[in-house]
Amino acid sequence: MIYTLCFYLFAIITVLSAFMVISSRNPVHSVLYLILAFFNSAGLFVLLGAEFIAMIMVIVYVGAVAVLFMFVVMMLDIDFSELRRGFQKYLLIGGLIGLVLLAELALVGMGWGLGGPVTTDPATAIPALGTVTNTAALGSLLYTRYIFLFQMAGMILLVAMIGAIVLTHRKRPGVKKQNINKQVMRRRHEAYEIVKVKPGQGLG
Amino acid sequence: MSLLKHAARTFLLSDFVKAMWLTFRYMFRPKATINYPYEKGPLSPRFRGEHALRRYPDGEERCIACKLCEAICPAQAITIEAAEAKDGTRRTTRYDIDMTKCIYCGYCQEACPVEAIVEGPNFEFATETREELFYNKERLLKNGDMWEQEIATNLKLDAPYR
Amino acid sequence: MADLLVEFFQWGFGVTLVPWLATLLGIVVGVLVIALPLLLAVAMSVYMDRKVWAGMQMRRGPNVVGPWGLMQSFADGLKLFLKETIIPASANKFIFLLAPALTFLLALVAWAVVPFDAGVVLSDINVGILYLFAISSLGVYGIILSGWASNSRYAFLGALRSAAQMVSYEVSIGFVLVTVLMTAGSLNLSDIVMAQKGQWFLFSPLLPMAVVFFISALAETNRPPFDLPEAEAEIVAGYQVEYSSMAFALFFLGEYANIILMCAMVSILFLGGWLPPLDWAPLYIIPGWIWFFGKIFVMFFLFAWVKATVPRYRYDQLMRLGWKVFLPLSLFWVVLTGALLLFTGKIPV
Repeated sequence: MIYTLCFYLFAIITVLSAFMVISSRNPVHSVLYLILAFFNSAGLFVLLGAEFIAMIMVIVYVGAVAVLFMFVVMMLDIDFSELRRGFQKYLLIGGLIGLVLLAELALVGMGWGLGGPVTTDPATAIPALGTVTNTAALGSLLYTRYIFLFQMAGMILLVAMIGAIVLTHRKRPGVKKQNINKQVMRRRHEAYEIVKVKPGQGLG
Repeated sequence: MSLLKHAARTFLLSDFVKAMWLTFRYMFRPKATINYPYEKGPLSPRFRGEHALRRYPDGEERCIACKLCEAICPAQAITIEAAEAKDGTRRTTRYDIDMTKCIYCGYCQEACPVEAIVEGPNFEFATETREELFYNKERLLKNGDMWEQEIATNLKLDAPYR
Repeated sequence: MADLLVEFFQWGFGVTLVPWLATLLGIVVGVLVIALPLLLAVAMSVYMDRKVWAGMQMRRGPNVVGPWGLMQSFADGLKLFLKETIIPASANKFIFLLAPALTFLLALVAWAVVPFDAGVVLSDINVGILYLFAISSLGVYGIILSGWASNSRYAFLGALRSAAQMVSYEVSIGFVLVTVLMTAGSLNLSDIVMAQKGQWFLFSPLLPMAVVFFISALAETNRPPFDLPEAEAEIVAGYQVEYSSMAFALFFLGEYANIILMCAMVSILFLGGWLPPLDWAPLYIIPGWIWFFGKIFVMFFLFAWVKATVPRYRYDQLMRLGWKVFLPLSLFWVVLTGALLLFTGKIPV
């Protein structure tokens, strides 16, 4: 009973806050609703017994991604009338994309409902819940059966990261930078020398 | 070699460890501060604290309403009104010091020809409201009566240097 | 806990509790048993912080309220409680008040998984370490939201600094956690403690990671030398600048509860939690929770000690330390730990 109650609570809040993400006027509020949605989906994962994924969800999405969203959105100075001006122009193409997405979702849903039982069940590779923790099960599946896919995903992310850095990195001439290593490595004798100056002669 | 030494020093955080050891030793040194409300540090006889209006030993007010203090006050904290008293002498009817304006420069004390207005040794006159810091003549005379002994001693001690 | 409550009610009031009510009450009592002493510990740790700091600067510190000034924090709390709550006219009221509550809440919620002794834990979940990490990574929201909602330049700058700082140091904390859980072979905090029986992780190849974790914890809790977000000389008090009264008190309590939590985390991850330093029978006479509290105490002293010793970092130095020193170091150590475990055949199953 409590399980079902919790499910509906999390599910309703997730859907409502997801709706508020796109409908609220203040972008910061949007991000806050997004965080709420993330949280509740993490709650749904916990209900499914997938505690590892739930925690990763909170750490990665709420703790890192949404912080960066917030970071950007907070500094934006958005003119709402400006935003709404383009609304009419993009309504058609936006609506089309929305329709395509909806159709795809419907297809997926129907395929799931009508397609009968899945023939290749990846879950057979993992032992039953209760004998081994969720994390261990995930790990033993990811690092054995799907190791190449996993590594490939990692490589793609690495390439994307390097690409982003290369694209945005630029060398600006004439910028003075602090070289901390050089400063710390500097020794006494490099900084000054002691000279005995005879009176009346100066340094010459 | 020096590079190695440097690297070792950096990674072993030796500078931090040294600094931490220093602060740790300081924790057991005798305290540099005093236990203020119960212990008080010595004050110079020239200390410029709360103002007071003094009287002669027979109880007569010293102030002759010359307004020199009012004139010299750089913060314009002093307000004086004068009138003729019953015995025909010139006296103040009003002598106000706005202690929130006062900068405790001591010029009023220097300017006073009869050592009437002085800055006494009291520095603990914090109040809860601002209004309590607008001193009037009554308050200043009361201060003078209360601190007369200390003020007189201080003036005597400082007299050889004036 | 629930069984105990059922018994207690039967004995005291002659009422038999319904099972779900007993469970609920058990949780509530457990929460209170943890949260109330925690608040007391926060008050005392503020006092200790001030006293240590004062001692190292050859001052006396608070010594008037109560014996040796022990009641100082309560006096301060009372003062804050009686003050007026000021909400800036241009602030976003809801978020402005949500932020301190969030900070305080997160600081308390994290304690749910902290094991105080063998089996003495409110919720012994499988992913305890991840839970702690998740909660501590949420701490940044209290600060960002307060900075944004205050609608003040200083608060905003403080919030931005803090967001960047906390996100940066979380990365290296994450990798440090990976090395620990690789060595322990579990994400459960009790298992991590038990893996250190006889040899704390502090006295193992993980020692540098303990140092990295400690320094990152300083940055994560905005303690000196990394208290850039509230640098009083530059941006007055950063995100706290518009806060007063209880809202400020909540920030303050949350901050110190977080510090104690970080101390507890260091104790659990590297100092063997409730275990004595040697696996030697006479040492087990002292109850586990006393060991644990002793370790938290020592770690807190270290926090205060560092505060009294090290001057504040400059912002670019802080970022350099996080991204260019700690991140590569901890990443390298993950690989090294893995290799060591593999070659010595000590991979925990």
